[in-house]
Amino acid sequence: MTDHVVANRAPAGGPEPVLRVRELVAEYATPRGALAAVDGVSFDLHPGESLGLVGESGCGKSTLGRALLQLMPPGGAVRGRVELGGRDLVGASLPVLREIRGKDVALVFQEPMTRLDPLMRVSDHFVEAIRAHRPGTSRREARAMGRAALAQMGIPPTRADNYPHEFSGGMRQRIMIALGIVLRPQLIIADEPTTALDVIVEAQILDILDALRRDSSVGLILITHNLGIVAETCDRVAVMYAGKIVEIGDVRQVFSAPKHPYTKGLLASTISLETTRLHSIDGTPPDLVTPPPGCRYAPRCPFVMAHCTDAVPLYAEPEPGQLAACYLYPGANADGRATPREDAEVAR
Amino acid sequence: MSRKAGPSRLEHALRPWRRANRMARWLVIAGTVITLVFAVLAVFADQIAPYGQDQYRYEVAGAPVDDDGDPVLESIPRRAEPGAGFPFGTTSARFDVFSRIVHGARVAFGVVVLSTVVAMGIGVPLGLISGYRGGRVDRLLVLVMDAVYVFPPLLLAIIAAFVLKEYLDPGLPSAAVAVGAVYIPQYFRVIRNHTLSVKQEPFVEAARSLGAPPRTILGRYVFFNVVQSVPVIFTLNAADAVLTLAGLGFLGYGVPYPQAEWGLDVSRAISDVVSGFWWTAFFPGLAITLLVTGLTLVGEGLNDIVNPLLRVRGYTGKVPARKEPTAEATRESDDEDITDLAKTGVV
Amino acid sequence: MTASPSAGVGRERNVSVRDTDVVLEADNLSTYFPVRTGLLGGGSGAVVKAVDRVSFDIRRGEVFGLVGESGSGKTTLGRTLLKLVDPTSGAIRYLGRDLAPLSEREMRPLRRELALIFQDPNASLNPAMTIVQGVGHPLRIHGITSSRAQTRARVAEMLERVGLSPAENFLDKYPEDISGGQKQRLVIARALITEPTFVVADEPVAALDMSVRAKVLELMLDLQRDLGLTYLFITHDLATARFVCDRIGILYLGQLVEWGRSDTLFDDPQHPYTRALLDAIPLPDPGRRDRDKRLPRGEVPDALHPPTGCRFHPRCPEAFEVCGWQGADLIDFLEDRWTTVDADTFEAESAATGPLSGVEVSRYAVRFPAADASHLLPLLRDLRDARAGRVFSAVDDVTEDRGGVAVTFRDGPEPALQPVAGRQVACHLHGVVAREDSEAIA
Repeated sequence: MTDHVVANRAPAGGPEPVLRVRELVAEYATPRGALAAVDGVSFDLHPGESLGLVGESGCGKSTLGRALLQLMPPGGAVRGRVELGGRDLVGASLPVLREIRGKDVALVFQEPMTRLDPLMRVSDHFVEAIRAHRPGTSRREARAMGRAALAQMGIPPTRADNYPHEFSGGMRQRIMIALGIVLRPQLIIADEPTTALDVIVEAQILDILDALRRDSSVGLILITHNLGIVAETCDRVAVMYAGKIVEIGDVRQVFSAPKHPYTKGLLASTISLETTRLHSIDGTPPDLVTPPPGCRYAPRCPFVMAHCTDAVPLYAEPEPGQLAACYLYPGANADGRATPREDAEVAR
Repeated sequence: MSRKAGPSRLEHALRPWRRANRMARWLVIAGTVITLVFAVLAVFADQIAPYGQDQYRYEVAGAPVDDDGDPVLESIPRRAEPGAGFPFGTTSARFDVFSRIVHGARVAFGVVVLSTVVAMGIGVPLGLISGYRGGRVDRLLVLVMDAVYVFPPLLLAIIAAFVLKEYLDPGLPSAAVAVGAVYIPQYFRVIRNHTLSVKQEPFVEAARSLGAPPRTILGRYVFFNVVQSVPVIFTLNAADAVLTLAGLGFLGYGVPYPQAEWGLDVSRAISDVVSGFWWTAFFPGLAITLLVTGLTLVGEGLNDIVNPLLRVRGYTGKVPARKEPTAEATRESDDEDITDLAKTGVV
Repeated sequence: MTASPSAGVGRERNVSVRDTDVVLEADNLSTYFPVRTGLLGGGSGAVVKAVDRVSFDIRRGEVFGLVGESGSGKTTLGRTLLKLVDPTSGAIRYLGRDLAPLSEREMRPLRRELALIFQDPNASLNPAMTIVQGVGHPLRIHGITSSRAQTRARVAEMLERVGLSPAENFLDKYPEDISGGQKQRLVIARALITEPTFVVADEPVAALDMSVRAKVLELMLDLQRDLGLTYLFITHDLATARFVCDRIGILYLGQLVEWGRSDTLFDDPQHPYTRALLDAIPLPDPGRRDRDKRLPRGEVPDALHPPTGCRFHPRCPEAFEVCGWQGADLIDFLEDRWTTVDADTFEAESAATGPLSGVEVSRYAVRFPAADASHLLPLLRDLRDARAGRVFSAVDDVTEDRGGVAVTFRDGPEPALQPVAGRQVACHLHGVVAREDSEAIA
């Protein structure tokens, strides 16, 4: 596959991507048939880069986060390729995945309390996590590593031996992040990490994630519904709609000149301090068991054209590095720049 | 999103059924078939049973007539093996086992229905009030019900039967009340706990903010959302009630002999078994097992269908329908099921 | 489908509001919740002051915003104003009549005029009622309609009004059959079907997707104009509040810290907390991500033990001597400091203080009974002289005390609301004004 379908090639001479995702499909079985919550997603993530995955509920962003690590619920299936440091995770064995999940990739979720054992001291969480992946580490060493990671997150070392319930929501999220980074992962996947938190604590946590990424050049995938958070913390943004990435590109470029009509609509409907008029998008997202033909946004799109429903649009590159799957731009047509092979695959 | 005609109330009521997984549906169907067979036996006992429950003689065509002109009756043979005339054999008291099973079904159903009316009639309203009101009333009721609940069901039924002797002649009603008393705490507990959780739902506060008086809130907002757990308790308790009744009968505290009752029959057949007459104990025992199995299947299946949480927890096959991200599923639902999964992945 | 983006809707401020036409007034209103402790649930006497001596008024035809983080008491205050939660003290004057002493029974007929719109549309509709039953129920409760057909007609009319059209398609459905945005329209329809005067909307769009939010807000504003409604709009989202509200009150730990016209507040916030909230909002503009943000440290403290003096002082980036510093603030300072120093310094300093769990903390003093005075005394004095933390501005003395070390603090009064540049602010930065009803300190 050429890099055309994939957003953003590596900068010339730049390092290899941490994560390379190709044609990822994540399906759930439902009584009505297969539901592809993620349907053919491709992107790269480079060291020290943060990618915002943004979209509304049901667009598949959370499923994508899970599918990257093969964390699908029973009945879910993942196809495609997810390469982490050259290893393909799709089809990897469970022991391999476990190893990767704790050590190479840190996961940060919305509700930290559900992931901390209420009967274990915070320091013991660190001992357990560290020794599971580095069996040779002594308890003393593991505790010291834990304390350092906690301090980095602004949690006093005097509180390392407290129980999770003795911390506030924001502190727990810091603990979760500290737990995630203590083994120096290459990649952090954060799924709505601040949705349950207040705006000030949210800003604090985002600062922490940002600092982390800059200091240790770890890759960050930030899954959120909040465009403001993406604008504040991400280098690139991928906008998802109905299981597909409809637009991906540099965050400044996408926010200042969105190309896909859905991105435009989403940005316009965001209410900010400067909002003087309300905008909204008509209609509702499609049913993913029987998605509409062609472009999935066509039924709601204000710029819809007759041929939009003929075939799934390919990625056009209206600006360098900014891809949009939309027929408004040359290159989206099958007879455009894309090769027939890609056409067949993307329009599957 | 919008279908043309609004679905009917019936369709709404049946919706959980259509969403249920195949396993749960099969449990319910199999259980219902078994239970229905017994129900038919109970309702049409007089037509189905060849003999009465305590009949030991029968008329034979062309038999001689006695002095009064009545035909001379032939005695049913003692301890006849299962065969042509008596499919399940006969007892030492010359009763036809098949006929007693059929009549016993009527007793079993009678007791199940009556005891349920008693248990539900007391347990459900008390549970609703206790859960909704809370406070002292709740604490007192919970204490009393828990005190009752700690007794083994059979012992409790025996005590109830004993007490009832003072007021009711032994028979189906008294047995039913004795059995029913056992299940009051169960209805109470389930309804109270469910009420407690429904009470916290915003729609109940919404009803208050609309100016609905407590009576209306309890009746229209709480009750209708709590009542769905009743069929589940009902079927599971019914199975248990059949067993309790049989236990009572076995110990001699149930319906009096010679009324047909399976437990009683098993108890009276014990000596037969030792002598090699297996059929007098086997068939009543089989009847108990079958009906209990049938009711339990319905109960377990309904439990799966009515309680979607349980359904998800026990799910191993396909992704349940409720999980599918519908067009505008809320954000919470987008993330909820990672919880368990990620636990396995984090460390 | 006519797939055009809905026409942008601007917000015309309701400028014609007369000062005198007050619909609802909270006068020194407090709502305390007893804290249950112990096995038998016996009261320990401790209370959470969810709403603590709050006064403000809402004028006819305006949208008054209550903004705060979780734990600010905004939801409790909204419920208290509708008497869904009983106030502990103070008055709620609705059109001049005090609701506080009314019983539940006396309130019931008034509920026709006082409506509540809920946050989560999925949970606030009774799943066992069809739409016509649910939305029409208030009509039956208040005896507004007498027949089923009449109710049905009124509900149909209301559904059309909230944009659920054609209404016939919705009437006999159940809430689970429709989308989240549509459900919220139903919640609004149910709240407004009795033609109320005053509506409390508790985070009405927080559970909705961004592309749907605008439509629901738009609907609420349209209905307000058409039906002459007065809203109390409760939200944690300042951006939405700015767009929707005419006046805004900022709540922090049960108290109003600043309130006034929303443009005044947003253009020139005067309370450090308001400024912090505004700074913290993520802006959908990557070009401004490196702007100077002054984030307060930590999180909203436990409401059971609110800080003394100004409740925001422990987190305030501008707090000074009189803001109400207390013993616990020094412990927080030390713990905070230890996250930044190296491991050896931490070991040495924590050895000097002794275990923090044994430290005696009170309003005006901290005593380190197990301290190594020869180390701790100079350490604390150095920190104080270097003004290492804002807490040291109020430190009166650091002394050796019965083998340990004691630190004493100066007094700091609870700030009263004072008029500053066209709004009310409770902050000593604008002149130290103590609350007259300040609580006695135990």
